[in-house]
Amino acid sequence: MAEPRRPRPVVQLTLMRLRDMMREPGALFWTFGFPVLLSVALGIAFRVKGPEPVVAGALPGVTAQARDTLAQAGVQVRWLDQAAAKAALRSGQVAVVLVPPERPGEPITYRFDPARPEARLARATVDAILQKAAGRQDALAVRDQEVSEPGSRYIDFLIPGLLAMNLMSGSMWGIGWVIVEMRVRKLLKRLLAAPMRRRHLLFAFGLARLVVIPFEIAVILIFAHLVFGVQVAGSYAALGLVSLAGAASFAAIAILVSSRAQNTQTVSGLMNLVMLPMFVLSGVFFSSANFPEVTRPFIRALPLTAMCDGMRAVMIDGAGLAGTLPCLAVLAAWGTVSFVLGLRWFRWG
Amino acid sequence: MRADFALWRGRARHAIATRVNPSSPDAEPAVLCRGLRKIYEAGRGSGRKRAGAVLAVDGLDLSIRRGECFGLLGPNGSGKTTTVEMLEGLLQPTGGEVKLLGMDWAHDESRLRERLGVALQETRLPEKLTVEEVLTLFRSFYQRPRPLETLLADVQLEEKKRAWVIKLSGGQKQRLAIACALVAEPEILFLDEPTTGLDPQSRRQIWGLVANYRAHGGTVVLTTHYMEEAQRLCDRVAILDRGRLIRLGTPAELIAGLGAEHVVELELEAGVGQGALDEATLRGLPTVIEAHLSGEGVWTLAAVEPEQAVPALRTLLQERGQHLVRLVTRKATLEDVFVSLTGRALRDG
Repeated sequence: MAEPRRPRPVVQLTLMRLRDMMREPGALFWTFGFPVLLSVALGIAFRVKGPEPVVAGALPGVTAQARDTLAQAGVQVRWLDQAAAKAALRSGQVAVVLVPPERPGEPITYRFDPARPEARLARATVDAILQKAAGRQDALAVRDQEVSEPGSRYIDFLIPGLLAMNLMSGSMWGIGWVIVEMRVRKLLKRLLAAPMRRRHLLFAFGLARLVVIPFEIAVILIFAHLVFGVQVAGSYAALGLVSLAGAASFAAIAILVSSRAQNTQTVSGLMNLVMLPMFVLSGVFFSSANFPEVTRPFIRALPLTAMCDGMRAVMIDGAGLAGTLPCLAVLAAWGTVSFVLGLRWFRWG
Repeated sequence: MRADFALWRGRARHAIATRVNPSSPDAEPAVLCRGLRKIYEAGRGSGRKRAGAVLAVDGLDLSIRRGECFGLLGPNGSGKTTTVEMLEGLLQPTGGEVKLLGMDWAHDESRLRERLGVALQETRLPEKLTVEEVLTLFRSFYQRPRPLETLLADVQLEEKKRAWVIKLSGGQKQRLAIACALVAEPEILFLDEPTTGLDPQSRRQIWGLVANYRAHGGTVVLTTHYMEEAQRLCDRVAILDRGRLIRLGTPAELIAGLGAEHVVELELEAGVGQGALDEATLRGLPTVIEAHLSGEGVWTLAAVEPEQAVPALRTLLQERGQHLVRLVTRKATLEDVFVSLTGRALRDG
């Protein structure tokens, strides 16, 4: 004889979470606005530009002929005196300085900083042009193939990483921080004092994330598509699965991190402790292939690495469900262990 | 208070149908605890002393009758909140036994939760939910919630129905917290410092709510450090100090236990006349049985007949050439009982 209008606890708890978030402009910005701004900033900073011209300096005494040869081959040449040349080299305005021979018959000198990649490139370019003009023949026949297509640009690498990072932050802040805040406010205790089932609360947290996640992904994907032409090479189902697994795994980690923290400062510290190393190591912004070989297995075992790899496998390499299994396995392992430990250590009061 | 008679009558009928008749000799007490103890381990229990274990409640025996309003009275740190939270099943006792309505927490938690109403000390309900949404959330937890409109009417928040919690005044927030406790016609209502920090008018409104609830047979367990509140609301009062029960009785009994129902407070002009008053002299006045000097230089005399004591006091002061700054006679309160039992004022903590 239960009245038909009796509200359902899971629905009400989920609504509580969603309302709390939707009515907090700050939360909305960090969830939806910030990742978009970040992708704009990084997309512009690393946008594909035409090849940078090589800029070379020349001291008085370098022949006009040499200068013309270089200029014709596309090198910008600036006449500089000794002091100006030194300053220009130091500040990177020129990558290499041509120093004329002191006595006829001596070689021309290339002055450059070999620690700078663009300086080594400039030296090689300048040298090749001058040698060719002096009559050097290529001994080996070669052919160039230039590549600049969607999928190989920095923005194509960045967007899957941003998606992964955003899902991680969403789960960590949206669950970990919120749990501790509810504990501080004694709201957790108050809910327990009512005949609320604990699993309903946890379930509602998950459900609220489930409602928000499609929007979190869609905002970034649509934006990246419209502005940068970023494509999803693989299936949306696979992308959804990696997203869900990642968000769930980080939700479990959030429960673990928040299980005992008694104030929000502690939990923000703990969450930064968990997230910051992964921002750096897991290859959100730059490939983690640059780290030493011995650290690779460790980096690959991190949940954010798994999520980034899974996202990129789907979006760039066009992987299907099968291709994401290794990533899903790593995420499932983290999620399960964190959830079990989190529940065991969890404090309501 | 508004007359929601139909509702409250319904409540009373329900009570008769489901409860043991309180007047029958085998009636279970509403709350029973024996040898209740709580020790906070070192380094745990935020806000308390971190070093070393703290004995918060030290062997408490209480039996609270159905339909009674029972007050736990004591300064901050006396163990009131720890005691009620153990009774409410929110804190695990270190030792002792708790029975509510004949049931215990280990076996009957879910049934008990349905039948209790709890307002914790300072719960901060979700700020960006409306009054209506908060009540709907709490209604969702119970099998038989009362209608929303009735709840709103009970706590006089009909007009604030769509207001966010954060926009409510202190008194309105507290009334909402009590409405959350009253969602399912509880048989026992626990109120932990329900009026602390409220203005006198809000306080009186809360007292009205409690009176209304009690008028229909509900049992109330409340903690307070306001004497007036205990005297006005409670049938019986337990005075706690440092985790122990130091007196138990009706407010009238406790005051009668002082041996004198009147109090004379006096303050003298400093440095005038010969010498300071002393306890022995003041006790020598007719019908004065006790004299205390507070830190602020105010003498408090317990007098059986102030009509005899005050003229004698005036004569004494004239002889000594001393001048009164202030002289007050009033009825003794529970505050005086506490001072006489511990030598400290309640608010001193």
